[in-house]
Amino acid sequence: MSRHLSRRSLLGLLGGAAGWLMARPTAQAAKAAVKNVLVRTGAPKDYDPFKHKWLMCFDIDRCIGCGLCVDACKNENHVPNAPTYFRTWIERYIIRKPKPGSGEARGEVIVDSPNGGRDGFPPSLVPREEILKAFFVPKLCNLCEHSPCVQVCPVGATFDTPDGAVLVDPNYCIGCGFCIQACPYGCRFLNPVTHTAEKCTLCYHRISRGLKPACVEVCPTQARIFGDLKNPVENDPIQEFIRKNKVQTLKPHLGTDPRVAYANMDKEVR
Amino acid sequence: MHPWLSAFTAAGSAPIDGYVYPNEQNLLWSVLIVVYPYVTGLVAGAFIMASLVRVFKVHALAPAYRLALLTALAFLICAPLPLLLHLGHPERCLEVMMTPHFTSPMAMFGFVYAWYIMAVLLLELWFDYRRDFVVWSRTVPGWRGRLYRLLTVGVDDISPRAVHLDEKIGDAITIIGIPSAFLLHGYVGFIFGSVKANPWWGNVLMPIIFIFSAIVSGIALCVVLYYFLTWVRRQRVDDACVDEMGKFLFYALLLDACVEGLDWLHRLYSAEESIHVLKQLAAGKLFYSLLLGQVLLGTTLPLLMLGSTQVLRPIVPMWLRRRFYLLSALGIVSGVLAMRWNVVIGGQLFSKSLRGFTTYKMELHGQEGWLVAGLLMVLPYILLFVLIKLFLRPEHKALEPQPHPPAAVPATPHA
Repeated sequence: MSRHLSRRSLLGLLGGAAGWLMARPTAQAAKAAVKNVLVRTGAPKDYDPFKHKWLMCFDIDRCIGCGLCVDACKNENHVPNAPTYFRTWIERYIIRKPKPGSGEARGEVIVDSPNGGRDGFPPSLVPREEILKAFFVPKLCNLCEHSPCVQVCPVGATFDTPDGAVLVDPNYCIGCGFCIQACPYGCRFLNPVTHTAEKCTLCYHRISRGLKPACVEVCPTQARIFGDLKNPVENDPIQEFIRKNKVQTLKPHLGTDPRVAYANMDKEVR
Repeated sequence: MHPWLSAFTAAGSAPIDGYVYPNEQNLLWSVLIVVYPYVTGLVAGAFIMASLVRVFKVHALAPAYRLALLTALAFLICAPLPLLLHLGHPERCLEVMMTPHFTSPMAMFGFVYAWYIMAVLLLELWFDYRRDFVVWSRTVPGWRGRLYRLLTVGVDDISPRAVHLDEKIGDAITIIGIPSAFLLHGYVGFIFGSVKANPWWGNVLMPIIFIFSAIVSGIALCVVLYYFLTWVRRQRVDDACVDEMGKFLFYALLLDACVEGLDWLHRLYSAEESIHVLKQLAAGKLFYSLLLGQVLLGTTLPLLMLGSTQVLRPIVPMWLRRRFYLLSALGIVSGVLAMRWNVVIGGQLFSKSLRGFTTYKMELHGQEGWLVAGLLMVLPYILLFVLIKLFLRPEHKALEPQPHPPAAVPATPHA
């Protein structure tokens, strides 16, 4: 079926598209301005979230499981002390050697995270000679492009910021817990004191003032790589990290498009 | 002690088996979230049963028609309470209606609920009762008479033309009500079915499973309540009515079992990443509530009993059929409660790392304990008692066997 596109309708279409393009940033700015007034993010008043795009990545081979990052996060963000509330935590993977003659490439996989790895890790119960390989994996909010937590919040209390963070407005959260159920990575919890959902904010109160997140600041091995994609510095660590490594994301089959990337990740990591 | 039994013990730190993400160790959605879909399911099911009389003209069910509608109302009024009590900030609950976030299925709760109670159930009840309200307001003395007069809202025309119009409007509301009942409970299923992070929940069949289990549980509850009410009032059970309820219960349960069976067949055959942890869940933590409660007590035994009343009717005498109907209904009502438990609690017992299990330790008292959950389960019955005292009194004779049109009474055995 042929469809005639007249000059008038073409001009109309182009005009509409141009209008939409011009109006879009204004609408976004207006929305951001409204959020600035109504939503407390911890950022200073002059901070413009449209001028940044934050990202954190991990080099698994660099993590030594010291737990300083977990401790720094708990202290910086007043995360409840109990071992069931973490904005970031470290998992230890121990993969046993396969049984001789089993025909397997690897043996049993043992994962643990005592107190989220905050106090480091006790010696492994698996004798050294039986271990095929072992490594530590730091975890935090995966900063999804299509965040299921944001999608399911019934009141819009959790939201994507233009600079890449996913935040929760504790003054608006009703504490239904739907976002916690929807997060495939177990990165959220219900704060037992405020009774609202809580998660990693990338230390929004720090990064919006030009500082690094607390966990990045204290990491002794630079296993956590943090940067601003919109303002790369010379030899930018994030750009270098992506250029030098083959990176993966967690649970890519779920279509959440996590922005947090891991280098040197084993297939057992979920 | 079996892990499931440990749920009855006092609260404490949850024993972990394998690896569970630290934030997942304590269950977030408690027994109150089990009660919520159970109660809304009973509402939807009871309404569907009432609609069989009104829209599908199954006249044999007429003695249970008003009982079904009042049951739906009593349970619907109580339905939001478990949700409200579970919220971290109940005082902010109206935000869901004032500033709904439209990509969230939960944001629809307020609208679906308001639509169902205001536009469907209360309206249908009012048009059904309007003539009676007028008559009772003239004949019943005292405060009840005044209440009935208030409920007429000043409309006292009971001419045949007006009553006929009531009937027509009632029929129209019921026709709108059937998809609304599906919406009310299908949406609850969607809340779970849309969680792709959780392989036990994230399932396209979930809303359909919820709808069918709701219909089954609602009809079963009506059967139990009908038996109970006739027993309390020393009235005769209408055999045609219970036969008909048994028939619909059987076919609804058969469909429900097929859909749930299909769900398991699909899971086992497609054998995705999560199948190992789900199999362990079914055989371990959920053994009693899933295999014994839901499958055996709630599905297999009722199917056998109800099936025998349908297939072997000539050799199953009426006295045995009556017992079979009641026993099946009791089994189903318990089995569907077990099903809600299995969905809500079961879905949180395993880690999204698919590497381990946690344990649900429910306290006796406290906001989300056994006592509150029990109270929320009893509350609709208390409300129903009041509604029956007001609107289904013995002198109204609503439960009595009624003359049925010949076509509505199955004379021949069902194949």
